[in-house]
Amino acid sequence: MDLLVGQLFTGLSTGSILLLAALGLSLTFGQMGVVNMAHGEFIMAGCYTAYVVQQAVGDAGVSLLIALPAGFLVGGAMGLVLEALLLRRLYHRPLDTLLVTFGVGLILQQAARDVFGAPAVNVSVPEFLRGGVDLLGVTVPKTRLFIMALAVVSVAAVALVLRFTPAGRRIRAVVGNRDLAETAGISSRTVDAATFFIGSGLAGVAGVALTLIGSTSPTTGQSYLVDAFLVVVAGGLGRIKGAVVAAVALGAMQAVFETYSTASLAKVGVFIVIVVFLQLRPQGLFTLRTRSLA
Amino acid sequence: MKFFQSRLGTWTGFAAAALVLFGLAPLLLSGFRLGLLAQFLCYAIVAVGIGLAWGRGGMLTLGQGVFFGMGAYLMAMHLKMADAEFRNGPGAVPDFMELAGIRELPAYWAPFSSPVFTIAMILLLPTAFAVLLGLAVFKRRVKGAYFAILSQALAGAFAILLIGQQSLGGFNGLSRFRYFFGYNLDDPVNQQMLYFIAAGILLVVLAVALQLRRSRYGELLVAVRDAEERVRFLGYDAANVKVVAYAVAALFASVAGAVFVPIVGIISPASIGIVPSIMFLLGVAIGGRATLLGPVIGALAVAWAQTALSEQFPSAWTYAQGLLFVLVIALLPGGIASVAAVTKRFQRKPVEAAA
Amino acid sequence: MSAALSCKQIEVAFDGFKAVAGVDLELDRGEVHFLIGPNGAGKTTLVDAITGLAKYTGSVVKDGEELRGKKVHHIARKGIGRTFQTATVFENLTVAQNLDIAAGAGRSPWTLLRRRKHLPQHVTDTMERIGLKDKADTPAGILAHGQKQWLEIGMLLVGDADVLLLDEPIAGMGHEERETTGLLLHDIAADRAVAVVEHDMDFMRAFAHRVTVLHAGAVLAAGTVDEVSDDPRVQEVYLGTAKENADAATA
Repeated sequence: MDLLVGQLFTGLSTGSILLLAALGLSLTFGQMGVVNMAHGEFIMAGCYTAYVVQQAVGDAGVSLLIALPAGFLVGGAMGLVLEALLLRRLYHRPLDTLLVTFGVGLILQQAARDVFGAPAVNVSVPEFLRGGVDLLGVTVPKTRLFIMALAVVSVAAVALVLRFTPAGRRIRAVVGNRDLAETAGISSRTVDAATFFIGSGLAGVAGVALTLIGSTSPTTGQSYLVDAFLVVVAGGLGRIKGAVVAAVALGAMQAVFETYSTASLAKVGVFIVIVVFLQLRPQGLFTLRTRSLA
Repeated sequence: MKFFQSRLGTWTGFAAAALVLFGLAPLLLSGFRLGLLAQFLCYAIVAVGIGLAWGRGGMLTLGQGVFFGMGAYLMAMHLKMADAEFRNGPGAVPDFMELAGIRELPAYWAPFSSPVFTIAMILLLPTAFAVLLGLAVFKRRVKGAYFAILSQALAGAFAILLIGQQSLGGFNGLSRFRYFFGYNLDDPVNQQMLYFIAAGILLVVLAVALQLRRSRYGELLVAVRDAEERVRFLGYDAANVKVVAYAVAALFASVAGAVFVPIVGIISPASIGIVPSIMFLLGVAIGGRATLLGPVIGALAVAWAQTALSEQFPSAWTYAQGLLFVLVIALLPGGIASVAAVTKRFQRKPVEAAA
Repeated sequence: MSAALSCKQIEVAFDGFKAVAGVDLELDRGEVHFLIGPNGAGKTTLVDAITGLAKYTGSVVKDGEELRGKKVHHIARKGIGRTFQTATVFENLTVAQNLDIAAGAGRSPWTLLRRRKHLPQHVTDTMERIGLKDKADTPAGILAHGQKQWLEIGMLLVGDADVLLLDEPIAGMGHEERETTGLLLHDIAADRAVAVVEHDMDFMRAFAHRVTVLHAGAVLAAGTVDEVSDDPRVQEVYLGTAKENADAATA
């Protein structure tokens, strides 16, 4: 029983981290077809935002509260710049955006190394998130619970924004049919920028959250990126719902594999499961139906 | 240009390349530099394969490190076995295993004492793996960014898998090889021989790639790249067309890895993971992904720059790499090979506008 | 003579929405058969179903063989060729290369791995037939819009398709090009079945042997041009909007 609860919890926890990292990608990759390899570096920027804010503020609790919105703004701003300077010219070449943004990621990593140094830095966890809570006989670290809650809040926020705000409706309109939306007077340019801002901002938030459970180095974001992409691929293009299910499923799988084998075999196991899964559903869990051939 | 498309031109081109690689380079370069060039040639062999799969076939293979690594580790296993046998007789445990406390030779190592088995595996295993994976992926029409991400995840998983294997040297990988099929690797003559082997393989690989490009298959591959559905509706199984190019690229990478090991003397997970796998693409992109020689020249140039700059200016070199990716892909997707075409188009534009 | 292609009770559903709801269609050799209908009537979806792109229930039989459930490239090998709404040719390859690829679906791996020595005779003939003989070595990407559409039709001809499904073959063509295309369609229909999805009513009137009108996924009427034009239901749902469509197509 304890083992099961423990595993379930580890799975959920890993899943919520994956989800935080993948949510922004699901917007930018899923809805715009842009493969943003610098997304990992946006996460890393969020981590360093938390670090810098804490250096400035001192109190861990206050700094976390400031760092979350600050991380969103930092990530979002970087996304805006990237979109405006480079990606806007490359929408018709989605595969090429992958390599371009990989280059951007390299530059950002090196910049972080030059500014903050290659060794990892640590952000202290606020008092109210230290220790654990007993849950069904298992001690659960509060930081992990916080990250789960943050993931739930982020997903809910994105879903609400997409569904109920005018900006969100525009985003969905452009995703559904870019040309038609433009004829209806929606500037796809503005919408693209907005999507990228939100998606990249979410990476920043994910980064801030990650500082609660690990140290920060210039390569922090990169290590989450591939898993985050797998979540989006398995979840289906442009589907928040799919990202949620896929993230939790991958997290759980990772946890189960790790219990019965090693962490390294778990990675391979997850990869095999995804390839097999794509045999059954090449378009991912949930798909948007379109008439286009691609 | 027309000349090099003819049969005579092709032979002339290959003769010139052979003259440079086998005649000029050994004459002009010191043993140390020749060794470096041999290492760069290995990257160039990988690049030819990427040019075929990515440039001609449109498959963004971000996981060539996997196949490079397979070839490299397979060869390294044989070299370690041979060294151990040379010192302690048949069935002996390689030195790094002794240090790690492994007394018994793992069963899967045993067959690699045979050079024939090893070479067969280097040729077959990565190719078969690529065929299987390619069939699984392409038959289900997983393509574009999906395929790129999968291939990248594969590279990540492969590197992590290797790190976890103590019987393959774990994080440190396999190194310190003494003999290559009985030839002492410390001997400069044998080192030069390795260079000649790498150069010879590059020429063979180029010849294969050239034949594939000029054949009907090569035209079909470009057709699949540009309009896969159209090809399918003409009655071809487009997946098979892609699998062939993907498998050939995998084979090239594997062979390159196998030659890389005795030349460089070490293979570790760090040189085949996600980042090194993408780095294979930089030279290809710079040189011109869709051309035959572009990837080779690009790969050689990048490797040379890396060696010349990375130790002295590590930070600047990383920035340069990042910038190169951004600038070349965004502004010059055809690579330097397209500079001539681009400038020509600029010059011709006014004429067309007038007509 | 039996039908070259016979479709029975074709139904295509997307998430519960029936894009095609029980269509029967017979295509005969020697006929240019127009499929018309307002936007969303299910014309292209029907073509998608026949060619294996869209899943459907019902049955498609060619030469006594059921095609449902077969893969796209298998169906194509059975002699069913299609074009797309926007002409899809291999833009980086020459006209000759385009046609040579289209002619070669049955080639052995050994043939594929060798260089092309000379063009097959029927490729050269077809190039003449579609009026692109002097463009043999021109990259398809720089052909005029109409020429691309002819090339795409030519690709089906060299591939020995005897059932041709053409999706808006004259979209964006000028008056003369339409005329040429219409005559070409009659010419190739001599020993083949040709189905044309079209919006252009004048083109339909000029070149259709037979017409099937689709509306909301079902067959509304079928027959000769006159029969269909006189059908009051067709006039009601379709011809009222036809003028607009025709105008939009020429604009």
